[in-house]
Amino acid sequence: MIKEAMKTVSDLWSLMVGLKVTGRYFLEPQVTVRYPWKAVDNIDTFKGHLELVPSKDPFKPKCISCGMCALACPSNCLTVVKRKPPKPTPEEEKAQAEAKANGEKVKDKTPKDPEKFIYDYTLCSLCGTCMENCPAGALRFSGNVYQAGYSRNDFLFELVAHMQTKADASPKTEFEPPVAETSEA
Amino acid sequence: MPAEFIHILIALAVVAASVGALGLVMVWVERKVAGHIQRRPGPFEVGPNGLLQPFCDALKLVGKQLFMPNGADPILFWLAPVLSFLPVLVLFLPLPLGDGIMAQNMNLGLLLILAFSGLSVLALLLGGWASNNKYGLLGAARGVAQSVAYEIPLLLAVLAVSFQAGSLNLAEVVKGQGTWPWQWNIMTQPLAFLIYLVSALGETNRAPFDLPEAESELTAGFHTEYSGMGFGLFFLAEYANMAVVCAVATVLFLGGWHGPILPGPLWFVLKVSLLLLLMVFLRWTYPRVRFDQLLNINWKWLLPLAVANLLLTAFFVKFAQYVVVK
Amino acid sequence: MTRYIDTEQTAGDFYTHNFAKKAQEGTLILNLGPQHPSTHGVLRVVVEMDGEYVLRAEPILGYLHRMHEKMAEVKTAAQFIPNMGRVDYLHAMAWNWAFVGAVEKIAGIEVPERAEYVRVITCELNRISSHLLWWGAYLLDLGAFTPIMYAFDDREKLLDALQVPTGSRLTYSYFRIGGVAQDLNDDCLGRIRAFIPWLRSRMPMYKDLVTDNIILRKRIEDIGVIEPELCRRYGATGPVARGSGINYDVRRNEPYGIYSKFDFDIPTSELKCARGRYDVRMAEIEQSLRIIEQALEMMPEGDVLVKGAPKPSWKVPAGESYFAVEGARGKIGVYVVSDGGKNLYRTKLRAPGFCNLSLFGEVSRGTILADAVAILGSLDMVIPEIDR
Repeated sequence: MIKEAMKTVSDLWSLMVGLKVTGRYFLEPQVTVRYPWKAVDNIDTFKGHLELVPSKDPFKPKCISCGMCALACPSNCLTVVKRKPPKPTPEEEKAQAEAKANGEKVKDKTPKDPEKFIYDYTLCSLCGTCMENCPAGALRFSGNVYQAGYSRNDFLFELVAHMQTKADASPKTEFEPPVAETSEA
Repeated sequence: MPAEFIHILIALAVVAASVGALGLVMVWVERKVAGHIQRRPGPFEVGPNGLLQPFCDALKLVGKQLFMPNGADPILFWLAPVLSFLPVLVLFLPLPLGDGIMAQNMNLGLLLILAFSGLSVLALLLGGWASNNKYGLLGAARGVAQSVAYEIPLLLAVLAVSFQAGSLNLAEVVKGQGTWPWQWNIMTQPLAFLIYLVSALGETNRAPFDLPEAESELTAGFHTEYSGMGFGLFFLAEYANMAVVCAVATVLFLGGWHGPILPGPLWFVLKVSLLLLLMVFLRWTYPRVRFDQLLNINWKWLLPLAVANLLLTAFFVKFAQYVVVK
Repeated sequence: MTRYIDTEQTAGDFYTHNFAKKAQEGTLILNLGPQHPSTHGVLRVVVEMDGEYVLRAEPILGYLHRMHEKMAEVKTAAQFIPNMGRVDYLHAMAWNWAFVGAVEKIAGIEVPERAEYVRVITCELNRISSHLLWWGAYLLDLGAFTPIMYAFDDREKLLDALQVPTGSRLTYSYFRIGGVAQDLNDDCLGRIRAFIPWLRSRMPMYKDLVTDNIILRKRIEDIGVIEPELCRRYGATGPVARGSGINYDVRRNEPYGIYSKFDFDIPTSELKCARGRYDVRMAEIEQSLRIIEQALEMMPEGDVLVKGAPKPSWKVPAGESYFAVEGARGKIGVYVVSDGGKNLYRTKLRAPGFCNLSLFGEVSRGTILADAVAILGSLDMVIPEIDR
């Protein structure tokens, strides 16, 4: 009988303990980050969409148009358009024909960088397989958290042009958050 | 009498306005307190500290399309929210805010409150039944069983106090108590206060006793099908009911407007707000009880305790009278 | 005058009609879901009710079926890895591991040692995040709104740590055939090291606020009693089986990876009710922390991806293999058959949630509706995993 009464009291006490916990947290500071004014501190670890890595020339990608990325991609969101070989001048044509006749290897003059690198962000699942399979290390994640658009076409990137416009703009304005300043927490 | 009639009309208008304001404030308080308990800011975008957020919510609710499900009973369906809200206005009439500050001084104020608060069950039942929704039906069934059950200990707890005060007039009950906390009825009737508090939670369908609208089981229970102001009225009625319940608790147990230094009405409001805050805290702390447990708590614990308390009180009151008369 | 529509004629579909055929006189057929707050996704349960009591219940699946097994037939093995993160989004690492492990088993690829440790650490972290989310969502089912916020507060720290190497927060595709995608850097390791004592300091609060609370205890004790025999019959695994006293954990019974190197307990409970499953999961969080602590200490330096990892044109050697890992919900099994081509010939995914949910119809019989919801929650379902 007494045992049961004690149990009832301890049961009711557990309710008080719960109130104490919520009461304590009520008085403690908040842990949320008020987003538009502050951003979380690990925003740089986000992947973001793909972009091409420029070579020494900031307008020319490292890409060698081998197409490994498109082959590896699980969702077929990459299309690499190779450059057509430049139209050879008559002398070159002659030289080539001669070389061929001599059994020499014809040197391919085609520039290796792609003409177009089409990337559909709506399909991409950000797995990173393309980057890992790129022999030239020409792809990377942009870390652009603020990618937003009004239509599907806004997510259809032409990465070569994207890289060039980015190189055009001064490097300082690279995807700054609307109001920069990361929180301390 | 026309003068009396006009008086009541004015009082009702004032009460309606203050209930509206109360609803807005309570929505803000509830969300803000919930936010801070959960360590987030709560509403803070609209107005200073989000104070204008309830207005936006209210505007949204008013602007929404009123929608009735197929096969629902149109008359009963729309009657329910009105019926849940209107009686609440009457409940505020006999509450004494300060010494002599009340909408209507009534001899049987307490009885009026108890009687009219019973009407909210009817609204709940109609709302759940008429919306042609199985969740609504289950919620209504739960609501009726719960409200009917919890009314009894509530009544008994209240009766114990009015035995002691010898009156059903709320102003008289307050006058029987003193300025300091140890002169309040809570000192002589602590058990009745506890019983009252628990049954009040059950009566107003507040968590952890919010079974008629238990959202994880019944989506939204009896008001599943209500949109716009139909839902808004239920919502407003819930907060108004909470305020009434807390105000009655203040009057009966916590000395009403009595208190040192500060003026009476301020004390009254202060005490009511503290009780409301407690109710909000309870909601955001506990899980919901199960339905059979809810009824068990009532019939096996609250009711016997309340009866015992009442009998004991009656005995002591009679005994005291006997001694005094001698 | 047909103001009242005869809902018996117009409402319901094939499942409800079929279900209603066996209904007794005067009962209520209630359709919980596919959109319902406590079915966590798009599970649909048709319930026959007598008042508040559930007479029969039948889960109906298929609202989130995405043909993952078929997709495996048209993708190369490496291309299928992102799919695994989407099967069970709460414990994506375990599914990653199960599939990658099965393919490695066929091809006989040895994983570098550091990669094994990285796998263990990330997988256990992911298990904790899954259990934390279950804890919060379960209490939401039981009507407590605040715990989920506290759980998410902790889970946030964990996801921040996992975001560093994986770059994502939920649907990880982090494992690779022959290792993992990236090494854990100092930032990530620092976050994990800080997280372990943090979560330990939070556990007493969880206990005070929720586990000891009398309302919760009354809600989850003695409901949904699952006998070990029933578990075996339905093939239930994971915390559901361990909550019924079956001491079975793939990590211990069929050790994979390097789990045999660690010292950890398999928490079981003899209560068999929802409370037992609750206790097991809470204890598992602690055990996972222990494993992570040991792994962090023992982790060697080295590569995280084997040299000569499969290229896109890699052909899976012909053969078949089965690989099982312990997920947050039970035994995850992946069976793959290869005919020597680039794509796998057949992939079969064994989702623990499917077996665990199958119990529900039997366990929920005769309970109150609120209890049925509590039982459903205690089985910890992730619908995408059940439907696949």
